[in-house]
Amino acid sequence: MTDTQLDTSTKDTASPKESGVVLETRGLVKRFGTNTVLDGIDLTVHRGEAVVVVGPSGCGKSTLLRCIVGLEQLDGGQVLLDGEVVSGEGASVRSKETRQRVGMVFQSYDLFPNKTVLGNVMLAPLKVQKRDKTKVMAQAEQLLRRIGLWDKRDVYPSTLSGGQKQRIAIVRALMMNPDVMLFDEITAALDPEMVHEVLQVVVELADGGLTMVVVTHEMRFAEALADRIILLDAGHVVEESSNPSQFFSNPQTQRAKDFLRSFEFERSRENE
Amino acid sequence: MDGGAIAAGIPFFGTLDWDFIAENTPVFIEAAGVTLNISFWGIVFSLLLGLVCAMILELRIPVARQITLAYIEISRGTPLLIQLFLIFFGLPKLGIRWSPELSAIIGLTFLGGSYMCEAIRAGLESVGSIQYESAQVLGMGRLQTMRFIVIPQAISTSLPGIVANVIFLIKESSVVSGIALADLMYQAKDLIGMTYDTAETLLLLVITYAVILLPISIIGTILERRFDYARR
Amino acid sequence: MPGAEILLEPGNITRLLGGLWVTLQIGLISIALSIPLGIIVGMLMTLKNIVVKIIMRIYLDFIRIMPQLVLLYIVFFGLATGTGLNFDGITSSVIVFTLWGAAELGDLVRGSLESIPKSQYESAQVLGFSRFQTFAHVVLPQAVRRLVPPSVNLATRMVKTTSLCMLIGVVEVIRVGQQIIDFYRFQYPTGALWIYGAIFILYFLICFPLSLASRGLEKRFAK
Repeated sequence: MTDTQLDTSTKDTASPKESGVVLETRGLVKRFGTNTVLDGIDLTVHRGEAVVVVGPSGCGKSTLLRCIVGLEQLDGGQVLLDGEVVSGEGASVRSKETRQRVGMVFQSYDLFPNKTVLGNVMLAPLKVQKRDKTKVMAQAEQLLRRIGLWDKRDVYPSTLSGGQKQRIAIVRALMMNPDVMLFDEITAALDPEMVHEVLQVVVELADGGLTMVVVTHEMRFAEALADRIILLDAGHVVEESSNPSQFFSNPQTQRAKDFLRSFEFERSRENE
Repeated sequence: MDGGAIAAGIPFFGTLDWDFIAENTPVFIEAAGVTLNISFWGIVFSLLLGLVCAMILELRIPVARQITLAYIEISRGTPLLIQLFLIFFGLPKLGIRWSPELSAIIGLTFLGGSYMCEAIRAGLESVGSIQYESAQVLGMGRLQTMRFIVIPQAISTSLPGIVANVIFLIKESSVVSGIALADLMYQAKDLIGMTYDTAETLLLLVITYAVILLPISIIGTILERRFDYARR
Repeated sequence: MPGAEILLEPGNITRLLGGLWVTLQIGLISIALSIPLGIIVGMLMTLKNIVVKIIMRIYLDFIRIMPQLVLLYIVFFGLATGTGLNFDGITSSVIVFTLWGAAELGDLVRGSLESIPKSQYESAQVLGFSRFQTFAHVVLPQAVRRLVPPSVNLATRMVKTTSLCMLIGVVEVIRVGQQIIDFYRFQYPTGALWIYGAIFILYFLICFPLSLASRGLEKRFAK
């Protein structure tokens, strides 16, 4: 599976936007009651880039993704896709369609329990995008074969392992041919032995040039995957680095050092 | 009536004959006594029958188990009114003659036993198999395990279901008027037939049932919530 | 056994079955009306609007707490005096059973809608489904699976409860039975046993398959 990369889209990869900005947040603010979870986040994601967001629990990582995809209403700032405001002040009605170009995978996979694997991955392309069934089927076959689950196409999610479900959830999102994929702690609910098979898929997608924002607690995975890494704490971007190995070996801020040390501790405990 | 003056200001209530209501309130209190008496014994015996059935099913006693399963289907698959008619009008032809009260209690028990059995079993099944095994390791017999370990734990889970059945059986008892028992429904129909004071009579009827059933229903809701918390 | 021949007297079984058909019709019409109304009631119950919530609560609790026979009395005896409308026994029965069925089914619908996890709505939303599409393609199919077994159960209860119609004078199976018993009082003194026994079995023959179906569906959907 390692040398064949996941061909994710029917998009023209040689488009002039190749190195342009796909996703942007400007001064994003989100509050829950009196608690400000995101306090002015500026984020720019270029085409083909894999941005990894790390930070302690409750730092607002997941909320950031939920704001981008439109699951949360913003309390300030904007989300832009290809330069168009899709959320926040100045968002047009049409923005809802544009937002569909962002795919998202959750921690809890949330496959539709009443649909087979094939039914899960084909439902949205057929019903939402109203695409041609044979073409959708061909794409589903291609993607499911790549993740090695084509022979599971007719089973229901309840019979699958967590790792298999999560890989199918990824395919389900890819089927929409998104411009950007958001991964929200997709391995947090998995047994340790299943984490690898899921992360492998994400790494291959990144290598294949898929634009993505990844929230994770898996630091080694983050280091391997990231083109750029962002440390979020208490609603602020504390440190941002285009050099992941440097970020992990020699962080610039005290806060990043403290954060990474807590992982060193965990890692040493694992080895005991 | 004191309330009459206030209530008279509201349309509908204003047109009611409050003297009639005051005059007939004792009739309804007496009829409520009949309803409650029959329901009470019906519920007590239903619980006993339900417990026996649940034990038989849980301990998988051969033959008795098949009979119990058949009884549950028949009890749940037929209306109480028909059960009562068969008991009160039909059985005397076989020489079995019971008073209306006894027939009503037997009918309610026949109906309620299967519902109580189900509620009790839901409780029994909530007790994990590890509990049975632990008791076995301690050297307890099957009946001892049931009595000292399983039943005490099962009761709290069963309680909301049992309370729901209590409400159900009191409501179902309204059909005993069909075998000429002077319960609430019987008195209501009698008064409507005699006086045509329909609105007043129906109001008394609704209030009496509400006074009986609302408190039980509230207790049931509280139990259900507590049970939900325990499960979380 | 002596007296069983009453069932073989020409026309008796046919008359009983005819009475049962009236009963069943009342039940079936009420069930058919309850389904769309129940779905609407259930969706109203999930609304956050406080006024709607209170109205639905009162409706459900009143229907639940009152014996069906009391409801029948209110519509059959009460509405005539209150509003001048005069319903016959069958209409009154259908009104009561529909109001009752819609309330109970509504509560089942509410329960099954609320049992669909919020994350299912969200994953549909991020796939681009509209609210209606989410409801039609994701929520409803899952809700129906949870809904069908208890709804069949409710239908059984409704069919059983149609026996009450007799107490407000609707000519249906029990009434027909009583007429037969009366007619043959001297020829077959044990008639009551056989006729009520036959009605008992007829009701069971309708309700038992429904009960089996409900359990079968529950097992199938439990997967």
